[in-house]
Amino acid sequence: MLPLEIVTPVPATGFFTLAWLLIAIPAASSAVLLLVGRRADRWAPYLGAAAPLASFALGLYYFINLLGRDEATRAVSVPMYNWISSGDWQIDVGLLIDQLSILFVLLITGVGGLIHVYSIGYMAHDDRRRRFFAFLNFFVAAMLLLVLADNYLVLFVGWEGVGLASYLLIGFWQYKPVAATAAKKAFVVNRVGDMGMSVAVMVMLATFGSSAFVDVNEGMPRVSDTTALILGLLLLLAACGKSAQVPLQSWLLDAMEGPTPVSALIHAATMVTAGVYLITRSNAVFAESEAASTAVVVVGTVTLLFGAWIGCAKDDIKRVLAGSTMSQIGYMMLAAGIGPAGYAYAIFLLLVHGFFKADMFLGAGSVMHATNDEVDMRHYGALRRLMPITFVTFAAGYLAIIGFPFFSGFYAKDHIIEVAFEQSAVIGALAMLGAGITAFYMTRLMLMTFFGAKRWQQGVHPHESPLVMTVPLIFLGIASAIGGLALNNWIAGWLDPAVGGEAPAETPSLLHFSTVALVTLVVVAIGVGISVWLFGPRRDIPLTQPDSRSPFTLAGRNDLYGDAFNEAVFMRPGQQLTSQLVRVEDDGIDGTVNGTAAAIGGMSARLRRVQNGFVRSYALTMTLGAAIVGVVIVLGRLG
Amino acid sequence: MSTTSYIVLSAILFTIGTVGFMIRRNAIVAFMCVELMLNATNLALVAFSKMHGALDGQVAAFFVMVVAAAEVVVGLAIIVTIFRTRRSASVDNANLLKF
Repeated sequence: MLPLEIVTPVPATGFFTLAWLLIAIPAASSAVLLLVGRRADRWAPYLGAAAPLASFALGLYYFINLLGRDEATRAVSVPMYNWISSGDWQIDVGLLIDQLSILFVLLITGVGGLIHVYSIGYMAHDDRRRRFFAFLNFFVAAMLLLVLADNYLVLFVGWEGVGLASYLLIGFWQYKPVAATAAKKAFVVNRVGDMGMSVAVMVMLATFGSSAFVDVNEGMPRVSDTTALILGLLLLLAACGKSAQVPLQSWLLDAMEGPTPVSALIHAATMVTAGVYLITRSNAVFAESEAASTAVVVVGTVTLLFGAWIGCAKDDIKRVLAGSTMSQIGYMMLAAGIGPAGYAYAIFLLLVHGFFKADMFLGAGSVMHATNDEVDMRHYGALRRLMPITFVTFAAGYLAIIGFPFFSGFYAKDHIIEVAFEQSAVIGALAMLGAGITAFYMTRLMLMTFFGAKRWQQGVHPHESPLVMTVPLIFLGIASAIGGLALNNWIAGWLDPAVGGEAPAETPSLLHFSTVALVTLVVVAIGVGISVWLFGPRRDIPLTQPDSRSPFTLAGRNDLYGDAFNEAVFMRPGQQLTSQLVRVEDDGIDGTVNGTAAAIGGMSARLRRVQNGFVRSYALTMTLGAAIVGVVIVLGRLG
Repeated sequence: MSTTSYIVLSAILFTIGTVGFMIRRNAIVAFMCVELMLNATNLALVAFSKMHGALDGQVAAFFVMVVAAAEVVVGLAIIVTIFRTRRSASVDNANLLKF
């Protein structure tokens, strides 16, 4: 591997010193909404939606400012204050605005802001919407802290904030036991990843004496291979937890119990993107360890197939989308694991995925809104006439995710499949297969939801959603359609200095189709074809899930037995261990202590009979005692 | 007379007191037995004091007398009170203070 060029950020001047406002605005809004109480109920959604949009405006200003600078001065550090000062360790809180973090800021606040606006309509009938918006703002603030930190320890604070916010929001309807359980599950599974993150920070502090990105990047080439491998694997574990990669994927599907805007926020703008960000940001670590990079590629590939498999077997529209998120994040991890050639494309897919996944989740929310919160696709059908805006915007997201030519997913995914083929033919072929499966299950979702016969439940009268919900959909639909065209020629050159890559020599034409892209298109077409053949408008779709004996279908419906695996490998042995420990505690430790007490108690119950109240017997005892003492003394003398 | 005779007398008196305390039931008699033991001790103290030619033992004897006098005041008062309430001066009847 070539030694990476270390980018030294330039100190912030002028307006850049106010960059903390990016985080402070949503954080302050969240605090106000939580502290003011019921008085804020009337205007809470508007304040909640305005906060991320204000941050977006500020972020846009910084972005335009960075665009105007030359490459060497695009990384800006904003020192804030000294946080921990202990002996040789000086940990400063500071922000880093560079090519990578500013893109995340725009994604988080832009897509996040649209989701906030949409939530005004979606949550209009919820009594606790003030709290909902407070949590959403907190989520955005935590995520911004995560991507803006210039230091792994500060990043970790945002990382944990994101975990807390996801817990609060997944379990927002906490009166539903499934939602409460899902929130707890997300929290616990994330703890496993967080352990990796915290140990990684400790290893950094021990090795470099600092956890700042600059120091770590600068020190990485000097560390031993083992340290680099350990750091890489720990960071991968952390990324797996947050980004729902195998083996820590099980929380993501259950997280669908939260309100739909939360799913959109988790899947598109925050949370699951954090893992990809971490891997990309730690490019210096992965550059030093081939094995850790390979592990990232393997995890990404496995997850992209896992997610796609699950997506095929589900009837719940949100779970299909959740499976597709897993799968798409798998693509990003795969690209990030390949190294400098892939980082820019990982972020490219991440950005456009943010557009089309938010679009589709909000579209699914709009469908649910219209059908009394029905999530089973078998009870949809024929919605395209009644919900034209939702249909068109959803279709834009759909075409983007399957990689239809000129839609955003087409460019992003093809780049990744191409670099995957350059890395290894097997990985490339699997990535291509994933694209075909994606086309299959997303087409199935489209057909079951918007086409075919009406299969609505009694009393359902679908209707288009109000303007406050459709306008964000329109924005996101447009972004899904043209995002790829807009970013394709620009993003690699923009990101490469920040992620240690090298800008490609010539920019490919937007109309250029490589061989890989053409083969991928054929695979995608086959996927769509099979789906239309099986679930097309003429087909009769049963109202309940048909029984299946196919092991593939059963595995998919059961989330590939991820829960069963966790239960068998971790939960049951854990329970066994605790029940054994309880037995040791009850019988061993408690037994000894209680036994001693019982023995002394029993003995004293017998001994106290000596106190019989007869003075003369006391006198006898005393005399005998004195006599014995005397005899002992005399015998002692004699001896 | 040698000191031994006094010590022997003291031991005899002490033994009489001890045995009397253990076998007699009347509180007044028991009380007198206690006094007998104290006086036996005093005798021993004075005898040893004489033998060693030091005054320590005699001083201690005075202390014992003072304590015995105080004890008589309190002890007799208790015995009289118990007799008034229980119509008995037997130490075996006053056995309520027990386990």
